[in-house]
Amino acid sequence: MSAPTRTATGVSGRRPLRAGPVSAVWRPRGAALVLVAAAVLVLVGAISIGRGDYPISVGDVLRVLAGGGSRGETFVVTQLRLPRVLCGALVGAALGVAGAITQGVARNPLTSPDVLGVTDGAAVAALAVLVLGGTGGSAVGILVALGLPLAALVGGLLAATLVVVLAYRQGLDAFRFILVGLGISVALVSVTSWLLVLANIQQAGLAMVWLRGSLNARGWEHVVPVAVVLAVAVPIAVALAFRLDALDLGDDTARGLGVRVDRSRVLLLGLAVVLAASATAAAGPIRFVALVVPQVSLRLAGGSRPPLVASAVVGALLVVGGDLVARTVLGGEVPVGVVTVVLGAPYLLYLLVRRTRKDSA
Amino acid sequence: MSAETEPAVHPVAADAERVRLHAEGVRVGYGDAVVVGGADGLDLDVVAGTVTAVIGPNGCGKSTLLRTLARLLAPRHGHVLLDGRRLDSVPSREVATVLGVLPQDPTAPEGITVADLVARGRHPHQRWFRQWSREDEGAVAEALDWTDMAGFAGRTLDTLSGGQRQRVWISMALAQGTEVLLLDEPTTFLDLAHQVDVLQLVERLHRERGRTVVMVLHDLNLAARYAQRLVAMHRGEIAVAGTPHEVLTEQTVRDVFGLEARVVPDPVAGTPMVVPMGRVGTDKTH
Repeated sequence: MSAPTRTATGVSGRRPLRAGPVSAVWRPRGAALVLVAAAVLVLVGAISIGRGDYPISVGDVLRVLAGGGSRGETFVVTQLRLPRVLCGALVGAALGVAGAITQGVARNPLTSPDVLGVTDGAAVAALAVLVLGGTGGSAVGILVALGLPLAALVGGLLAATLVVVLAYRQGLDAFRFILVGLGISVALVSVTSWLLVLANIQQAGLAMVWLRGSLNARGWEHVVPVAVVLAVAVPIAVALAFRLDALDLGDDTARGLGVRVDRSRVLLLGLAVVLAASATAAAGPIRFVALVVPQVSLRLAGGSRPPLVASAVVGALLVVGGDLVARTVLGGEVPVGVVTVVLGAPYLLYLLVRRTRKDSA
Repeated sequence: MSAETEPAVHPVAADAERVRLHAEGVRVGYGDAVVVGGADGLDLDVVAGTVTAVIGPNGCGKSTLLRTLARLLAPRHGHVLLDGRRLDSVPSREVATVLGVLPQDPTAPEGITVADLVARGRHPHQRWFRQWSREDEGAVAEALDWTDMAGFAGRTLDTLSGGQRQRVWISMALAQGTEVLLLDEPTTFLDLAHQVDVLQLVERLHRERGRTVVMVLHDLNLAARYAQRLVAMHRGEIAVAGTPHEVLTEQTVRDVFGLEARVVPDPVAGTPMVVPMGRVGTDKTH
């Protein structure tokens, strides 16, 4: 019953942010990261929109986006170039959030939705459409009828479902779903190779471009589905991510805190899979974004778990920036996925080396 | 005694005989093996405002029993009642506002600060949109104060010693604000001074806050010193339960631990103290 003699007020490092029934901890670094990354994203996006056969200055692009500008410029910006950049931003955001969720659930910086088989499942379905589309078996016929993006979405969701179902044994253990996912991915990659062998040279060319992940010729019809998925999934993810605070502490502690551990994990991974599969459906597999972005955001924002909103903005920035680099520095129609792989592979190596050093230390 | 028929008692006015936790014919196992409960199941009452220590040799089912009381394991047969309600019929989150548990080897995410970790104890009281209310802040500040960890609030966990880390985990359990606290071997990996430190915290919790504590302990002398009630387990069943004087006899130590020992009064506290002599059947003068 002892009222503490020193009335404890405030907890160091956790300044409150309160409005009515809503309260949170003020995290200045996270907020700064979101704002800065968003500003840079707008700038890089404007530069990217300005580039092309008919160059437009950054100022003019921003003026058009704000509602001004000439009719000709407005047409070029909103109809021809904005969808590509917007598609890139949304795909990057979806991959960033999907990666942050997956790494949060797995408590492992080396996981990403790729590990859940999403990307490779989507690839197999997409290639089946591209390569077998003409010949048509019944299963392929359904995929073809769906069209390539939807087929990829279905393929990604199916593969991930298979991984989760196979990994579920009286609960969903993170280590087991990573192992099962790796196994399924390898199997799917060999199916992809087989489909490439079957393909004629023209189909193979199309397939290779799709397999690298590209934003070429993306229009509003690619933007809208990803935008809808993000608008629905991100708020749910932010609400569910609250449970990660407990899940972070291990299964026993989380259960002790009243969290339904396996249910929460399945829900969170389901969201990550839907986000990653829709991103892949829109732009093909842009690899390493979901792996790298959450870790970079974590390093920049501080904290103990990849931040969701910051990962979304940084992911958008990475894909839009990568696309700009692919088009300007590398020239021609180099798929953005090539750039993210070139950036991502060394980072993955760095993470691996750092982890092995720590483990052996 | 008659917890089930008793009306809900105001926590502050909890009378000494109120049963908070009650295990009834509990049998628990992993796979096919029954680890706890034996043939007829295990019964146990935990009375409000007491400190109970579960003791016994390695592998006797102490932790399994504690984990069952904490609903981390579901019993095959029988059930556990918290304030007369079956644990599996109450939403887990609601249980978490009354019953706290500190597992044997909790894991903390890399780079988490002491304050952030302790604040996670508030999880059952929070919602995704309400993550740092005035009550949360007050409870965390007080929990840090209580364990003398307030000065470390901004430090990351990996910069602390084992003893300090254990205080942080206990802070987290305190911040949860539960009247019943289950601690699974809270003193493992700690040197003697830090073990005493942790147990004195437990004693204060019980004395000053009237908390009900059940803990698994290895050290019999410390268990006798800091618990009012001992539960000695042997091969998954309760061998003896009662006050330290009733439980810690030379006979029990021989039967439960297979150890020849003398039991003498602790020169400081007067509680029974076990002085081991050797395994049963070996040369005592060894």
